[in-house]
Amino acid sequence: MLNDSFRFTPHITLEFKIGEKDFFIAGESASRVKKTLQQLGMKQDIIKRTAIIIYEAAMNVAIHANHGTLKVYIDPEVISIITEDEGPGIPDIELAMKEGYSTASHEVREMGFGAGMGLPNIKQCSDELDIDTKVGVGTTLKAKICLNNKN
Amino acid sequence: MSEYFHSVTLDFEKCKGCTNCIKKCPMEAIRVHDGKATIMQERCIDCGECIRCCPNHAKTAVTDTLDILSEYKYRIALPAPSFFGQFKELENADCVLHGLLSIGFDDVFEVALAAEIVGFLVHQYIKDNKVKKPVFSSACPAVLRLMQIKFPDLLEQIAPILTPMEVAARLAKEEAVRKTGIDYEDIGAFFISPCPAKVTEMRNPMTTKHSAVNGVIGVQLIYKDIIKYIIKEKTQKDPSRLQKATKLGMAWGYVTGESKNVDASTTLAVSGIHNVISLLEEIERGELKNVDFIELQACIGGCVGGPLNIHNLFVGRVRLRELIKKCGSKPSYYTDEELLRFYTQGHYASTEPVQPKAIMHLDEDMSKAIQKMERLDQITNELPGLDCGACGSPSCRALAEDIIRGIAFETDCVIKLREKVKTLAEEILDLARIVPPVMADTSKKTGEK
Repeated sequence: MLNDSFRFTPHITLEFKIGEKDFFIAGESASRVKKTLQQLGMKQDIIKRTAIIIYEAAMNVAIHANHGTLKVYIDPEVISIITEDEGPGIPDIELAMKEGYSTASHEVREMGFGAGMGLPNIKQCSDELDIDTKVGVGTTLKAKICLNNKN
Repeated sequence: MSEYFHSVTLDFEKCKGCTNCIKKCPMEAIRVHDGKATIMQERCIDCGECIRCCPNHAKTAVTDTLDILSEYKYRIALPAPSFFGQFKELENADCVLHGLLSIGFDDVFEVALAAEIVGFLVHQYIKDNKVKKPVFSSACPAVLRLMQIKFPDLLEQIAPILTPMEVAARLAKEEAVRKTGIDYEDIGAFFISPCPAKVTEMRNPMTTKHSAVNGVIGVQLIYKDIIKYIIKEKTQKDPSRLQKATKLGMAWGYVTGESKNVDASTTLAVSGIHNVISLLEEIERGELKNVDFIELQACIGGCVGGPLNIHNLFVGRVRLRELIKKCGSKPSYYTDEELLRFYTQGHYASTEPVQPKAIMHLDEDMSKAIQKMERLDQITNELPGLDCGACGSPSCRALAEDIIRGIAFETDCVIKLREKVKTLAEEILDLARIVPPVMADTSKKTGEK
């Protein structure tokens, strides 16, 4: 349905490149997107959830992967947040979804990141979450927030 | 009263139309058009950054003057804690308080004293309630206005306690009624202010329906008279004791004073509007949930850094600290029982929640807003990205927004204009080279030779 009407739906795409250990882009991109959503007149709850997903997803790429991209796609019905990275992949998604589980390096943890809250946080904030990962190749994360949810 | 009253205003005559202020404004609220700056009223938070940076002193804060005193039978001065940092080598706060009495006030009430009450109330509020953390201080009106626009999601975490200025006005007037028997309405309370945002706060308060403050007088308007009094006073005997505030309340004059007074187990104090913005962005993403209380001050250094103060903030701070040292440690004016009574009665709790202000929208209709945003992105990409400000907007992105909102044109960009002129000049040259068919083309002939 969404794909059929794709051509006719006004939409915006925001793109960010994430380098290895680039800890600043997560915050920057979350702020940029937040401002955009405020200008679009989105509800506060939507803005907050989107900002958290972007921050956590971009941070995951910065912490674990070699490099990757973040794309945010916005139309009147849905916000999609997609990160694609080249990196180690996630060997056990179920385990990674558990709060407090982390494979972040000691160095990264010392910096205050990698507390193992990233994926559970993303899951909690999104209406749909799809993670496609291949060990040794990389991970694609797609999170969606629906804008016309009744609740 | 109009929807947007602001203390910070432009002195049209003095403005030379430079672009210093548009770059410094944290809200991107200033544009220079037709050679003069204009402040977008709905965006201004009265932080005073533009007052500080304007080389021509064209930004001013409108405050009340001493003329307003004549409208009341009994007049009480409410000096801000930072006010005492404006005088050198003070032995105690009394000579300043007596100075205020000498220029037409009938009584004084230190805002520092009310601050001690507020500190206690916030402390109890955090202790007694399972509140969402961190709790933010409600004392700086510029920060509250910032949060209304940029951080609506965090508004519920603001401590629901009135500001020290407001509490001081109420206590002072109630006390004056008891002391003099004069009607409440005939008693005026006047805040001696380092801060333009307090003027706006008095007119359009955010946490109460009506302010009990009757006027806000800028420090600079009375400074000279107080200095004169202090010089004269030095030769006189000890004045009677007026000072009731202790070091706890007086320290609210600079950043960290408030959080120390609130005395929660984990606190943080941040000053400077840009620092406040970057911290709140992190908190909005879920950081610092374990911090109990955060003191947020729009001015670097806290209120001693207020734009209406006379002295440099560091000078003000060291003088205030010296004075506090001299005051020693004396017991609080209010007993613990009295403070607890203030808390349980809830007299000084906010009656109004701070409301969000949605002013950033490009369009009410989401589809149209997205279309406008697409166009905005496109225009931004076409602009040079120098953020030079010569167009009168603070950045290329802001110019693109202004174009979308219909208040600017692409040719306002000097680089764009230059490109257009260049293309036009080339076209003219091309046209000039075309020779009508009936005429001989001399250039070709010479070329053939």
